[in-house]
Amino acid sequence: MSGPDTLLTDAASGAPWGTAAGLPRSGDTGGARVDHLVVLGLVPPGARVLDIGCGDGSLLALLRDRRGVDGRGIELSRAGVNACLARGLPVIQGDADTDLANYPDDAFDVVVLSQTIQATRNPRIVLEHLLRIGRQVVISFPNFGHWRVRAELAFRGRMPITEILPEAWYETPNIHHCTIRDFVGLCREVDARIEKAAALDARGRPMRFSMPWWFWNLIGAQGVFLLRRGEERDEPR
Amino acid sequence: MDNPTDTALRQDTSVEAGRALRAGAEPSQALDPKSPVARFNADRPLAMDAGVDLAPFQIAYQTAGRLNAAHSNAVLICHALTGDQHFAHPHPVTKKPGWWETLVGPGKPIDTDRYFVICSNVVGSCMGSTGPASIDPRTGRAYGLDFPLVTIRDMVRAQAMLLDHLGIPDLFLCIGGSMGGMQVLQWASLYPERVFAAMPIATGARHSAQNIAFHEVGRQAIMADLAWENGRYLEAGTRPSKGLGVARMGAHITYLSEPALHRKFGRRFQGGSAPTFSFNADFQIESYLRHQGLSFVERFDANAYLYLTRAMDYFDLAADHGGVLANAFRGTRTRFCVISFTSDWLFPTADSRAIVHALNAAAAPVAFVEVESDKGHDAFLLDEPAMFSAARGFIDAAARARGL
Repeated sequence: MSGPDTLLTDAASGAPWGTAAGLPRSGDTGGARVDHLVVLGLVPPGARVLDIGCGDGSLLALLRDRRGVDGRGIELSRAGVNACLARGLPVIQGDADTDLANYPDDAFDVVVLSQTIQATRNPRIVLEHLLRIGRQVVISFPNFGHWRVRAELAFRGRMPITEILPEAWYETPNIHHCTIRDFVGLCREVDARIEKAAALDARGRPMRFSMPWWFWNLIGAQGVFLLRRGEERDEPR
Repeated sequence: MDNPTDTALRQDTSVEAGRALRAGAEPSQALDPKSPVARFNADRPLAMDAGVDLAPFQIAYQTAGRLNAAHSNAVLICHALTGDQHFAHPHPVTKKPGWWETLVGPGKPIDTDRYFVICSNVVGSCMGSTGPASIDPRTGRAYGLDFPLVTIRDMVRAQAMLLDHLGIPDLFLCIGGSMGGMQVLQWASLYPERVFAAMPIATGARHSAQNIAFHEVGRQAIMADLAWENGRYLEAGTRPSKGLGVARMGAHITYLSEPALHRKFGRRFQGGSAPTFSFNADFQIESYLRHQGLSFVERFDANAYLYLTRAMDYFDLAADHGGVLANAFRGTRTRFCVISFTSDWLFPTADSRAIVHALNAAAAPVAFVEVESDKGHDAFLLDEPAMFSAARGFIDAAARARGL
């Protein structure tokens, strides 16, 4: 079981993750979003990838062009689906809450759920489907434990509006907020093995230096996790 | 379709209901189509699911654009139940523009400046391809009900023979709506190596019980018409036009939607502002439906309507593959784009999703768009910019992938 002390590190080597993933220093992203490059660093070349909530397909196109992946997407908005079609990406207009049940086990090498789990009606069931459909799961979400979120609540007494949580409480699609530590707890509940984890700042840049978990839960604006089904763990329990 | 109120107004509203549907014209296109025809003699019969080798037979078709040197830019359009091969050409009977000129033409999503586009009249129909109105060479008279029952797979086999005849090894794109979409799915399943990209629109992998029920009402309307003469009306010199007209009226309701009917007709009266206290076509919707029935019988053969509705009823692609739809597409390399319309209650979005899920299970590359529209099933034939933009994106990307 992955404990908090393995957080933000390569779970296998114990080394701080980020540098190992070959992430670029600021400035050489080639126009790609930095958080997309984090995902890029986690996806092996030629993998079959399902991107859930793929938006306009920019991550899938990046993975296809730089990693040669066989990418598929699910997107709720028709505008997003049309943008994906124009990029030649096979994307289905659909909903993570209702459509994942129809995918067979192990259908993909990697399933990506980027900044979406907090907007699903049933995050636990969604996560269980991800672990079933993909051999590996890359999941990122806004950290509700971030100090600015805490400060908004603690000092202003208001629901927080931050750079990555920009909507007011009455119009936000984010209905199931969690902190990095909450998410680690859910991983335990569904028997997911955390292979890698990282915290990103509000602009999606990975924070490289090694720190204890409580620090990341306070300082990280987003959490990114690489997960795998627990029964596939190779080390003894 | 575009201005139904106007077309309805052209009708004589004083006609009594019983006389509203007059005898239709000879189905002249069945024997003498205004389009090219490919003839297949006894050495190349059509092996039909009914267990019959149909020979000789012919397929009437139309084309637009030019086949490139590599023969790699062919697009096959599959038409719907009462459609025909005149997708981009004026109809020989109604003189109306081609039925899919919204989607196909120079600069359109199916660009005839880039692609060689083919559409053939399905076998069993009445616009020049062999069907129940064709002459049975064994008897010298029209087949009538002696024609073997046709399946969607038979239609597709005949189309494949047409492609062989035209020297086209494989299709860049196979596209169609409704019964045309069924053919697209059958194409992708039967000849996966011959279909690079497939677009099944407003369709399903099987005909639902409700759809079979509507078709049966239509068939019974035709058979209840004494002029049907047990299917031998061509020799008897009669036409079951009332029955066929009523069948069309009923079916036409299923092609629209309640919001569209309300928007176009509401409860508006045809001639004035008050009911006439008779069974005349008081309401605009009645007049419109009568017009649809009347104009349909002028261009369509009643027996062909029986056969083609039956072909749709029998279609169940999963049942042909051990009850698992994904098995119909196992190992396919075809790229798919599935489109449905929110207000289509004949082939609701759930039917398209079932196709998408099966394609996902078969690991096929599939895109899916549900277009917001209140125009019902017929939306796929109409001006739907959201469908056009999705089609353009998918087709352009597929063309890049194929090097066109």
